Amino acid sequence: MEVLRLRDLDTGQRARVRSMELEGSMRRRLRDIGLIEDTLVECLGASSGGSPKAFLVRGVALALRAEDSGGIWVERI
Amino acid sequence: MGQTRNTMGRAAVKTAEKGTRENGVTVALAGNPNVGKSSVFNRLTGSRQHTGNWAGKTVVNARGSCRSGNRNYDMVDIPGTYSLLARSAEEELARDFICFGGADAVVLVCDGTNLPRSMNLLLQVMESTPRVLLCVNLMDEVRRKGIRLDLPLLAGRLGIPVIGISSREKGSRGQLLRALDAMPDTLPDTVFQPVYPAAVEAAVSKLLPVAAPLCGGKLSPRWLSLRLLEWDGSILKQADRFLDGAVTQSAALREELSRQRAYLKEKGLDSDSLSDLLAETLVRTGEKLCSGVVTAREQGYSERDRRLDCLVTGRRLGYPLMLLLLAMVLYVTIAGANILSDGLASLLFSLEKKLDALLLLLMAPAWLRGLLVDGAYRVLAWVVSVMLPPMAIFFPLFTLLEDLGYLPRVAFNLDRPFQRCGACGKMGLTMCMGFGCNAAGVVGCRIIDSERERLLAILTNSLVPCNGRFPMLIAVLSMFFTAAAANGWNTLLCALLLSGLILVSVLCTLLASRLLTATVLKGKPSSFVLELPPYRRPQIGSVLLHSLLDRTLFVLGRAAAVALPAGMLLWIMANVQRDGISLMTRCAALLDPLGRFIGMDGVILLAFLLGLPANETVLPIILMAYTARGSLQELGALSDIRLLLVQNGWTGVTALCVLLFTLLHWPCSTTLLTIRREAGSWKWAGLAALIPTIGGMTVCALVTAAARLLGI
Repeated sequence: MEVLRLRDLDTGQRARVRSMELEGSMRRRLRDIGLIEDTLVECLGASSGGSPKAFLVRGVALALRAEDSGGIWVERI
Repeated sequence: MGQTRNTMGRAAVKTAEKGTRENGVTVALAGNPNVGKSSVFNRLTGSRQHTGNWAGKTVVNARGSCRSGNRNYDMVDIPGTYSLLARSAEEELARDFICFGGADAVVLVCDGTNLPRSMNLLLQVMESTPRVLLCVNLMDEVRRKGIRLDLPLLAGRLGIPVIGISSREKGSRGQLLRALDAMPDTLPDTVFQPVYPAAVEAAVSKLLPVAAPLCGGKLSPRWLSLRLLEWDGSILKQADRFLDGAVTQSAALREELSRQRAYLKEKGLDSDSLSDLLAETLVRTGEKLCSGVVTAREQGYSERDRRLDCLVTGRRLGYPLMLLLLAMVLYVTIAGANILSDGLASLLFSLEKKLDALLLLLMAPAWLRGLLVDGAYRVLAWVVSVMLPPMAIFFPLFTLLEDLGYLPRVAFNLDRPFQRCGACGKMGLTMCMGFGCNAAGVVGCRIIDSERERLLAILTNSLVPCNGRFPMLIAVLSMFFTAAAANGWNTLLCALLLSGLILVSVLCTLLASRLLTATVLKGKPSSFVLELPPYRRPQIGSVLLHSLLDRTLFVLGRAAAVALPAGMLLWIMANVQRDGISLMTRCAALLDPLGRFIGMDGVILLAFLLGLPANETVLPIILMAYTARGSLQELGALSDIRLLLVQNGWTGVTALCVLLFTLLHWPCSTTLLTIRREAGSWKWAGLAALIPTIGGMTVCALVTAAARLLGI
């Protein structure tokens, strides 16, 4: 089992959320969207320069900057 | 887009709160961002609230009314939100309206292609008010994607009515109204409530008996108890105000609350971890509620969306495609406008002679004929023939791209440079909105949560040319820079040059953001989530009809309101003489030194000043001012106009400076007023005018000096 930061997930790779280090409103916002432990995420692609990356979370495509997606630990599957 | 009648923000909430209950039922349309709330609203009320395919399109409450057989409904379209535990300004608006007495009933609109996603908000709404109708929208997409939804099963589980509609289809209005009519007057008591872990439920059950008397039937005691335990400051302040201070005044409540919070802390739940736990419970409960309801091959994001995104936002093709699309839109705009312009010009200027003859027949005095025909009519004719065609073509094209869902992709592509300049990635989105209308772009900045970044986006929005400034850029470009190109190529060349100018304006936006970040608006970029919506087939027919009609009428109205008086004023100024010198010559002479310094002349500067209420009148005012000096009478096609300008001393350098100054000068008065309202003070509106003006004057002065040095 490979555990890595969400921002290091490459296009097409899928993973499950392990834990979140984010604080405050960003944490709450992501949890409201449904990004909680055990949620399946998939990297859809990166913008030129590698940040932001787009992730598929519960059927919704979200773009997150590397600074933010670095605070989320996931387990690759 | 553009400013519409019913986007008056908090004012809409206020009126909705006031006694509409006797004559109508106030219904809030709530839901996640980008699920088609506004299109449901339009379908119900027959209004033309603009819809677009991106999260956060509706930033203010819009109101409208509709009638069914036996009831009147006041419908309120509120901004999309994921949660009632709000953070950004427009989400707070949604929350206050739903939770604090705005609505008699809530219609929760959700996206049928991704039902589970809406459950979190639905459960929160059901906690705060029992009178909820779930309206599953986009059923046409659901069928197309081969998704099967067992809505009766869901309705049974939730204990609220559930209907499936496609707001694009006409029949949806009747379906929704029938469902609303069928909602009982009595409060339903079978509404599903999410159950939290035992410790939380224990604390709530202790708080309930103390909180219930304070609520007086106006607020759900369970909901209030949960928020109290969670200690959400902004909600509690609102709740306290709503209950006339009952929350802060009750000693019993305070006592019980501190006891229960201590109890939860004992169980390892402080305020933050409790919030986490509540959110998690809602998400998992939503998952459970939907299991067995949704049978799908794929949900939300389809294979087609993925393939398109690989292309549109890809590392290699993202930027080139963006530029290609921009050039294509501009090419179609210019080519189409050319055809329309010539026809309109010859029509309107032949009418001018007839109008003059008619007035002569009515024995109108010469000064009146001059005032009406040479002044008012002529400026209006130029607005219609030169300015209107590009606007009428560009705007629908822009709206189509917006409906398709392309704008958030642009923001995604441009995020890196924006981040480097200390700005929010959503600023790419509000900047794109600015191409349609700067005032709308400024209002759109509400989607940005961080106050610093929102101000940054507001202050820099007018650095990109709006729909009203495109025609002037196109006209000057094609008269002075592409006329020499071989026939057929000049339109393409013009589109490319204009694309170049737009890139310059985007660079200016980035530069200004960088400067502001280093000076008045210091700070680091905050975190944000940008949603990339599924691509949707634009409703081509309705977009064309609405944006064409609405926009054309809007521009015509504004032109009449601004160009007519400006034309008359100029005519008077040109004809009132003292010592043989007209007033206009004196005014222009006054502005002339400054005008010359920045490569233009006094008349051009005067026109920019008079064009403050509407940018699309600047060029017509310049032309009117030149003709009022009596140099030329036969006018129509662009080649005639070019001759007139050259006779009045225009060179390539003048044209270049006019182009740059069109990009970079004070925003129109509508935008300035909007900035004052959105940013909260004239100080910011003043700064928003100063930044582009100083920038524009500096650039023009440099260009002029360089040209003189090189002897051009």
